[in-house]
Amino acid sequence: MMNSTHDLGGTHGHGPIDRSQAVDFSNDWERKIFGMTLACGMLGKWNLDESRHARETMKPGDYLNSSYYEHWLHGLEELLLAKGLISEQELNSGISENGEANRAVSVDRIPGILGKGAPASMKTDQKPGFHAGQAVRVRNFNPKSHTRAPRYIRGRQGVVVNHHGAHVFADQHAGTGEKIPMHLYCVRFEAEEVWGTEDAESRVALHLDLFEPYLDAVQ
Amino acid sequence: MSRTPLPHHSHGPGDIELRVSRLEKLLVDKGLVDPAAMDALVDTYENRVGPRNGAHVVARAWTDENYRKRLLENATESIMELGYRGRQGEHMQVVENTSKVHNMVVCTLCSCYPWPVLGLPPTWYKASSYRARAVSEPRAVLAEFGVELAKDVEIRVWDSTAEIRYLVLPQRPVGTEDFNENELAKLVTRDSMIGVGVVQSPQS
Repeated sequence: MMNSTHDLGGTHGHGPIDRSQAVDFSNDWERKIFGMTLACGMLGKWNLDESRHARETMKPGDYLNSSYYEHWLHGLEELLLAKGLISEQELNSGISENGEANRAVSVDRIPGILGKGAPASMKTDQKPGFHAGQAVRVRNFNPKSHTRAPRYIRGRQGVVVNHHGAHVFADQHAGTGEKIPMHLYCVRFEAEEVWGTEDAESRVALHLDLFEPYLDAVQ
Repeated sequence: MSRTPLPHHSHGPGDIELRVSRLEKLLVDKGLVDPAAMDALVDTYENRVGPRNGAHVVARAWTDENYRKRLLENATESIMELGYRGRQGEHMQVVENTSKVHNMVVCTLCSCYPWPVLGLPPTWYKASSYRARAVSEPRAVLAEFGVELAKDVEIRVWDSTAEIRYLVLPQRPVGTEDFNENELAKLVTRDSMIGVGVVQSPQS
């Protein structure tokens, strides 16, 4: 589900920015989706990249026709089913079919979990392959699995601005749940390189944080 | 995810309300979710964590040159100094606006946003139009927010594709030389810290 609708950068036809909507939640079901998603995430059965991937599996038409928290609801249902925490029948009926005592994360643990967060940085013995100032090109690749390299940047040339150290490699993390350290770089791209000289706005630079396997050195 | 799509796709507000309350009841009955924990999570981000935190950081940077330098060097630790940390702010970077450079932040792939300093993102930040256009026509997007930049100002767009979260340090407005940190913090808007607004002078 890599080349799907969630990958919106540079797509056309979405109209002007609509600033009329409420800031956080426009109704109670959005609050509930937010609360359920975070509470279930704290069960530790899946990670953030699996969450993102689950939302991205929505059918393209449904994705664009639904609101942000409906994406979250879709992702939550998918994960609860995939991890065997609920059955399809339970999801459709809303009725629990066994009395097994699960361990919900209790309210007293919430501040600690939120405050700690989940740092993505990792140690590695691997030397970074690139350095600040180096020219790189994003590889042209189209796997059907999760990635954090948007389509609009693939094949484009940029310059490494900054090496962030090694972070959990999102592509692998979303698939197997395995935490593999991978060097992460901030790369700067000129808008003309990305959108072409005819269509790019002037004096615009794009910065993306990209994992080493996304990049090739430019000789 | 190799499962076939779920059969119960629903649209329209009635359906979604039912679907959500049914799932909530199921998760509580199965002991997967503590209702009090759900309420605490919503309350935290709806009422406690928000752009006032980021405004505090910005105002401190405007009034304390050493802090500004530390913030630009090591944002995560400097923000933690003021008590803001945790989920979706584990790896912070602050980018500074000047008379020559304007920064703006987007997440084209989902809606990554620095929660500890800005709270939850506004609806437009999560919607398709902003995510699609911020990278391809940032000047046009800024104009819709009422921000007109001179042609020689470079725009730097930060697409949050990994776990680094970006906070824009806006320019301090003129006419605030006598303002203290608290007075300055009141001027700082959420939009200015996403990079789709500028902080206005108090007299304008």
